[in-house]
Amino acid sequence: MTMEMVLLLILLAATVWTVMTTRLLRAVIGLALTSVILTILMYRFGAPLAGVFELSVCAGLIPVIFVTTVSFTQRLTPEKLVVRKKERMLKFWFLPVLIVLVGMVLTQVHVTIDFPPVSPEALRTDPRAILWNLRHLDLVGQIAVLLAGVFGVVVFFKEDPSCR
Amino acid sequence: MATLLILLPLAIIMVLNLPFKDAFKRAAPFLGGCFYLLQAALVVFHPAAFWDDIYNPLEAFFAFECSTDALSLVLFLSIAIVGFVAVLVGAHALKNPRQRFFLINLLLLATVGMNANVMVTDLFSTYVFLEVTAVASFILIAMMKGEGALEGAFKYIILSVIASVMMLLSLALLVLVTGQTSFEAVRAGLGASPESLFVKMAMILFVCGLFVKGGVVPFHAWVPDVYASAPSFVSVFLAGIVTKVSGVYILMRLLVSVFGFEASVQQVIMFVGALSIVVGALAALAQRDFKRMLAYSSISQVGYIVLALGCGTPLAVAGAAFHLFNHAVFKSLLFVNAQGVEERCGTTHMEMVSGLGSRMPVTGWTSVIALLSTAGVPPLAGFWSKLLIIMALLNASRYGYAAVALFSSVLTLAYFLSMQRRMFFGKPHKGMENIREAGPVIVGVEIILAGITVGAGLLYPLVLEYFILPVQRVVG
Amino acid sequence: MPVESVSLFWTASAFVILMMIAGIYCILATFNLTRALIGIEILMKAVTLLLIVVGHVTQHTALAQALVITLIVIEVVVMVAAGGVVLSVFRKNKTIDVRRLRNLKG
Repeated sequence: MTMEMVLLLILLAATVWTVMTTRLLRAVIGLALTSVILTILMYRFGAPLAGVFELSVCAGLIPVIFVTTVSFTQRLTPEKLVVRKKERMLKFWFLPVLIVLVGMVLTQVHVTIDFPPVSPEALRTDPRAILWNLRHLDLVGQIAVLLAGVFGVVVFFKEDPSCR
Repeated sequence: MATLLILLPLAIIMVLNLPFKDAFKRAAPFLGGCFYLLQAALVVFHPAAFWDDIYNPLEAFFAFECSTDALSLVLFLSIAIVGFVAVLVGAHALKNPRQRFFLINLLLLATVGMNANVMVTDLFSTYVFLEVTAVASFILIAMMKGEGALEGAFKYIILSVIASVMMLLSLALLVLVTGQTSFEAVRAGLGASPESLFVKMAMILFVCGLFVKGGVVPFHAWVPDVYASAPSFVSVFLAGIVTKVSGVYILMRLLVSVFGFEASVQQVIMFVGALSIVVGALAALAQRDFKRMLAYSSISQVGYIVLALGCGTPLAVAGAAFHLFNHAVFKSLLFVNAQGVEERCGTTHMEMVSGLGSRMPVTGWTSVIALLSTAGVPPLAGFWSKLLIIMALLNASRYGYAAVALFSSVLTLAYFLSMQRRMFFGKPHKGMENIREAGPVIVGVEIILAGITVGAGLLYPLVLEYFILPVQRVVG
Repeated sequence: MPVESVSLFWTASAFVILMMIAGIYCILATFNLTRALIGIEILMKAVTLLLIVVGHVTQHTALAQALVITLIVIEVVVMVAAGGVVLSVFRKNKTIDVRRLRNLKG
């Protein structure tokens, strides 16, 4: 049992909790928790810069978006919650079956790593250098996608006075 | 210099969003239209100074890994035509200046994504720009906030993200194999281990992701919902070009310059293509709504492109590119017709609309031209592309698939003629007597698109020689 | 590739597959649009994990980090826009329960 193994198990547990919990707000918290554990894993796997992004954006910003959406859209009474809980439990019966099936299929298919290893002298520089010097096009793509996001916010979140 | 096709629309968007007076923002449709015209002109007149990579003053600032060839030119022209049509029809249909402004910006953003996708030589950049196009297009779908459109947009988001996840999984496996993401490096790395099951899994995952994006049959559930519920001018853009670039073209590019035509992948692609053709055509026969029928017809026509692509010979790929161009023209034309009918009658349901032929003659006759081109009736452009595809299939001794392609043309003719009979021929329903021809913008666009279809069909020797057959060299 | 790297890769891929099953299940088993988005987030997390592990195993952490950073930016934009769509659906229909939204036939 290495540290990575333990972290991977916790990650999976957090994911399963996110999926199984009945309250949406708790699911959002579970998602943030998943992100935090993923961040720790990233540090362990030698990717600290990406880890910082994951922590600030995925564990920080995305829950805010979700909480906004949830608080706008959900009003559940306790009675409804009990019914919902029962419904969900009933719906989860085939999850174990699915996992066993996938496991069986995967043990039958023997996929082996049968290609020559990557040459060690290949690129091994700073991620900042890669992003800024070699992947200009991705930066343009990021700018474009952020612009699209801005239009999305303006179109969807701002209530249009003419629609009212 | 060709990288300007990415940077220019981005620059236009940024300039438009500077805090200027509203009067300037009203010029947005004009600027957008000009950009698309410029792009079309650059392809048609083909100034060598622009397309050559030798002279490039931008190189000092942007280290872009881009390349263009004959196949990219076909795509650039299709994007320009459909984008121009979408700008005109959208600016005509949207009266609210704010919405019109957003429409132009989003169309240009989607165009940034598509133009970049046509040129990139890196798998991860492909993914990035696919997402740019996808985000811009789902905002476009949901922009008017119609009930169906919002649900369609949500469905599109879910499926598009699942497609992206498949592609990213495949990308991660390819990085494991090759350590790089650029086309050349990945190709070299894959060449070193051709029999690996691992590599084949990565290929199939990527191809499946692209099938979802392109709306090919086992993954087509979102297509009819989105096309039918989005505003017609958005459907023009989506059906005409967005799904074709982000699904079919990238598949083409990857097969040609990364994965190579590997026999098992080829089998999968051809089978899926043939399935799409038949299922799309049969489903179209059963539809009662014009736009839904067009959506299924779109699935069927994408099937032709995918089938030809799977065949893999140079002639087949050229045929696929030609059919992609033709499809962009005639499907946009049909959706513009739908926009015209929707504006005048308030619905596109075939039971409620009839006998429009005498009331809306231009719309009726251009729709006849488009449907004949779709079905592959000579001498329209659609005939020549289908001929190329069937010839290529016969040359490669794929007789069964050739028969499917031929037989489905009859099905195409059947569903479109039944549509035409119900909507345009015959006597008008009660209350339909006072319908007038659609507005001048719509009529103008219809005539231009019909002109392109007829022109490309009549001038086919020229079109084939200078525009389509050079695509063969890309494969060789 | 060293043996421990190979075993790390297989272990991590097993976890990635399990997370993907959880995410897909989350999308399929719910009637709530927000929860479907959470399922999508889980899928993206799984892919991010795989990319980082692949970078670690092949010692291309720099490349993997560059890719993951771009990926996260895109992810957040997609989520913002998708959240906006959910909000608009709610404003329109006063519900985000899929069972009451099935106008579309597929």
